[in-house]
Amino acid sequence: MLDGGAIGRTAQPVMRLHGVGYRSGNTDILSDVELTIAAGVPTLLLGPNGSGKTTLLRLLMGLIGPSEGRVDVSAVDGVNTARRAFVFQKPVMLKRSTAANVSFALSAAGFPVDPLVVASLLQRVGLAALADRPARMLSGGEQQRLALARALARQPGILFLDEPTASLDPAQTKAVEDVVAAIAATGVIIVMATHDLGQARRLAGDVVFLVGGRVLEQTPATQFFDQPKTQAARRFLAGDLVI
Amino acid sequence: MDGVGAFSLLLSGDPALFAIVRLSLFVTLSAVMLAAAFGLPFGAFVALTQFRGRGGVIVALNALMGLPPVVVGLLVFLALSRSGPLGFLGLLFTPGAMIIAQAILIAPIIAALTRQVIEDLWVEYCDEFTAMDVSPLGRVAALLWDGRFSLVTIFLAGFGRAAAEVGAVMIVGGNIDGFTRVMTTTIALETSKGNLPLAIGLGLVLIAIVVAVNTLAWSVRQWSERHAG
Ligand SMILES: Nc1ncnc2c1ncn2[C@@H]1O[C@H](COP(=O)(O)OP(=O)(O)OP(=O)(O)O)[C@@H](O)[C@H]1O
Ligand SMILES: [Mg+2]
Repeated sequence: MLDGGAIGRTAQPVMRLHGVGYRSGNTDILSDVELTIAAGVPTLLLGPNGSGKTTLLRLLMGLIGPSEGRVDVSAVDGVNTARRAFVFQKPVMLKRSTAANVSFALSAAGFPVDPLVVASLLQRVGLAALADRPARMLSGGEQQRLALARALARQPGILFLDEPTASLDPAQTKAVEDVVAAIAATGVIIVMATHDLGQARRLAGDVVFLVGGRVLEQTPATQFFDQPKTQAARRFLAGDLVI
Repeated sequence: MDGVGAFSLLLSGDPALFAIVRLSLFVTLSAVMLAAAFGLPFGAFVALTQFRGRGGVIVALNALMGLPPVVVGLLVFLALSRSGPLGFLGLLFTPGAMIIAQAILIAPIIAALTRQVIEDLWVEYCDEFTAMDVSPLGRVAALLWDGRFSLVTIFLAGFGRAAAEVGAVMIVGGNIDGFTRVMTTTIALETSKGNLPLAIGLGLVLIAIVVAVNTLAWSVRQWSERHAG
């Protein structure tokens, strides 16, 4: 039923999920997930609220383990799949300055804390002017961009982003999408949850469509938007609630 | 008239009075340091580790925050008395005994509040730290550092409680003139003797110290909210 998205194209599989389920108490949050994350194109997790996007990202990151099934990681040339970074849906800022948050991420990743590197990371997400501001005083959108800078500080092989533009204005959304596209172009594997359909179109990767903890489709974005295979996807794209 | 006497005592810089204030500060500051040396790591440990009986330890710590000072005094007295298990130390009726008693009184406060502060921060930071691969030692250091302002206010709270306490130091110090007489015990004694100027003078100093400590705690909080978020 699933066509495997990137599989069959030139992209190399990096992570594969086989029959993965995740249960919390008696609730099945993810069920029977078959999924391939490939190098070369961003993977976009789409789905309504509560469909399991965040849970799936946490599982891929290794923050939680599957209740059943397997997660396989394959080696890919030039990608350090063990070095992963995560931009949380609600990122938590350390009670320090903006710059110190980036320094902390650098040193946790084992890199020397070079002020020039910190400055260039902040520059990249448009926060250079706020370097000395206490991070918790940044606006929601600024905090999300700082979280992205912290993630980039790790020089990740795989970067997980959970609705990183949810509280950004259009200009900042565009800026963050450009950063994401730029790092994707350097070979970093991007897995991003979003329910911004325009964004999914723009980033044009591989769409994983989730409803109720199940993967209903995994297909290239163009195909997902032009010829959705499932009724649920058609209704989701039309803006109807699917639960 | 007594109030006037009190002020003239304070203003004249009466050496006996200042010796008493100095001893009080020395005993209480030492007790806070001793209590923090135990309470801080213990609180952080309970906050960050899972072990059997953890819930019981937390309940016990919270309950011990309300330890009655006279009971602590009695227990320390029994332990340090000549026939007690620690009698050989010869500490009874010395400032050392008073430091121990006050430290026991406030160590649970420091441990319980530290546990709360560190655990609350940890709940917030847990996912980020895991995602950033922060080492266990790095986590503890970062939590203590980011909790530093709350921790300082905890120490100040402990200081306030110890400084104002009378029952424990009275029992284990013996209120010996020129040796173990501190502000609170002097106030109790001099009031009962009818020497009100000294009692009132020391009362004013004690209030000033407590107000100063609370002002400091408040400023630390204000400052941290403005500068560390
Ligand atoms: N630890 C948990 N215990 C119980 N239920 C949970 C837990 N975590 C998530 N859930 C439930 O699992 C479902 C999926 O949650 P998840 O956060 O993965 O959704 P999402 O797709 O990221 O939603 P959103 O778009 O709102 O961010 C939700 O119904 C949520 O209430
Ligand atoms: Mg989510």
